[in-house]
Amino acid sequence: MNSDKILKYILFTASLLILLISGGMVFSLVRGAMPSFHEFGWKFIISSEWDPTQGREQYGALLFIVGTLLTSVLALFIAVPLAFSTSLFVAEYFKNTRIASVVSTMVDLLAGIPSIIFGLWGFYILRPFIVSIGLSDQGYGIFTSGLILAFMIIPYATSLSNTSISMVSNELKEAAYSLGATRLEVIWNVILPNARSGITASYILAFGRALGETLAVTMLIGNSNRMPTGLFSTGNTMSSVIANQFGEASGLQLSSLIEIGLLLFVMTTIINAVGKFIIKKLNR
Amino acid sequence: MKKKSLFLSLVAILATISSSAFGQSLSGAGATFPLPFYNMAFQKYTETTGVKVTYGGIGSGGGIRSLSDKVVDFGASDAFLSDKELAEMPATIVHMPTCSGAVVVAFNLPGIQSINLTSDVLVNILLGKIKNWNDASLKKLNASIKFPDMPITVVYRSDGSGTTNMFTDYLTKVSKEWANKLGSGKTVNWPVGVGAKGNPGVAGTISQTKGSIGYVGSEYSFAQKIPTAYLKNKAGKFIKPSMASISAAGQGTIPADTRVMLTNSDAPYAYPIAGFTWIIIYKEQNYNNRTLAQAEATLKLLNWMLTPDAQKIAPTVNYASLPEAVVKKANAILRTVTYNGKPVLK
Repeated sequence: MNSDKILKYILFTASLLILLISGGMVFSLVRGAMPSFHEFGWKFIISSEWDPTQGREQYGALLFIVGTLLTSVLALFIAVPLAFSTSLFVAEYFKNTRIASVVSTMVDLLAGIPSIIFGLWGFYILRPFIVSIGLSDQGYGIFTSGLILAFMIIPYATSLSNTSISMVSNELKEAAYSLGATRLEVIWNVILPNARSGITASYILAFGRALGETLAVTMLIGNSNRMPTGLFSTGNTMSSVIANQFGEASGLQLSSLIEIGLLLFVMTTIINAVGKFIIKKLNR
Repeated sequence: MKKKSLFLSLVAILATISSSAFGQSLSGAGATFPLPFYNMAFQKYTETTGVKVTYGGIGSGGGIRSLSDKVVDFGASDAFLSDKELAEMPATIVHMPTCSGAVVVAFNLPGIQSINLTSDVLVNILLGKIKNWNDASLKKLNASIKFPDMPITVVYRSDGSGTTNMFTDYLTKVSKEWANKLGSGKTVNWPVGVGAKGNPGVAGTISQTKGSIGYVGSEYSFAQKIPTAYLKNKAGKFIKPSMASISAAGQGTIPADTRVMLTNSDAPYAYPIAGFTWIIIYKEQNYNNRTLAQAEATLKLLNWMLTPDAQKIAPTVNYASLPEAVVKKANAILRTVTYNGKPVLK
């Protein structure tokens, strides 16, 4: 056997293994969720009743789905303007300067911070701050979690958009300038159209990351199983209800938690697929 | 050369593993609540007898599952198994209490170190009916305290927990309304307030949030010296949570199998939210090809846990030791455990 063939086999096995692992995950999620699916059917997604008390067990995931979407969308709304400005700063206005490299290093550093640190910072600094400016009595809730999530996803939203913005060819930009375009016009008419697939992709990636984030959100959302009524009301997300209740759950409750896990998996898959679709369409 | 040393160290590791398997070693898993006590006690046991005991604090549910799967010598749980759960186990199991703990009501009111609470007022706060600290019913119980005009923030455990189970068991016993609306369990549907993870999460939230009230395990609150409420017990006395008042809760009537919640105890000086924590084992120790030696080692360890030598460790890590009468009952339970039908302990 020559080395080419050996390499081919190794690569094939590695890819197959990854396929098997993801397939196995889906399989075990589906199998674990079966009892809950049989019991509640589709009502599971539209019911907001979550009562683990023995004798009147009732499980529905709606308020966790709402909590997850609310916090993630809020995070995206806060993160996008910040991330977009940072990207322009780093990749266009101050491209290749010392300050740009400092900023981009700092942003990259954010990505490396473990989520427990974000959680602690949110718990000890951000939450008391929100209480002290009178936004809420206890500082927990959708807003606080969304804010901390925004900080966490900014590096994901910037890194790819930085690259795509800086990759817009200089000839195009110079051509626009030579026609008398202002800097804003160049950004709007040259850079954005050329970099938009990369920018969109990075925001979708960031959104996907916000959906699944568990630890920091669990520490800040207030973990109440009630439908959130506003930005400052407490709530719960899909991943934090799993993290909270998995340890001591059994029977139908365990199965319902696994079904929530499956739903989260499906949601992230759909979002990734949508992201890929958008990139493909825009690249054409 | 490098390979050889790697191989040698591998052999060494394997040797230590197998030697510990041939030497006496026991393993258990379960409740995290008594973990500090078990760690201290088992370490002392290993020092005096040479028997290695490993204990994994994986939660009561996990402890029951591990024993059910027969992967540990003993399990540990904060909640005794219900009749239904007992029937679901592959064989008969017995409960042995090891120590008791309590759930305390902690609060954060600037400048106020202790308050009196009755079960009615407590339930009304937790149900969201009493919303402010200046409520007349609080004033009535605490004539000397000047309560601030401050909204009440209820803080509860967001994770499934034996602490919640004990607390809600008490609330279910003392309030019909609570029993109908929420009931008891490791997780319940709190109508108001915020959830935090673990005792440290709840205690941290309370200490950081003015006007908050919540519940934490006594072992945690004693260690952290958190301001706690005096609760009115069944005998009508306001009782401060302490080692003595928790121990007193175990002096009421206890059934022979010790499967009882000590909540709302009728003992006169008992703190009303207390409970045992248990170690659980199979009544017939010959299963899964277990040797008699292994069964004896397990029982000897559990027997030692009831001796004054082990029990006196409990208060040093903020657990209440078992009252004399309960130790007697636990000893009797251990002597019902058999190997091939013959009692293991004489």
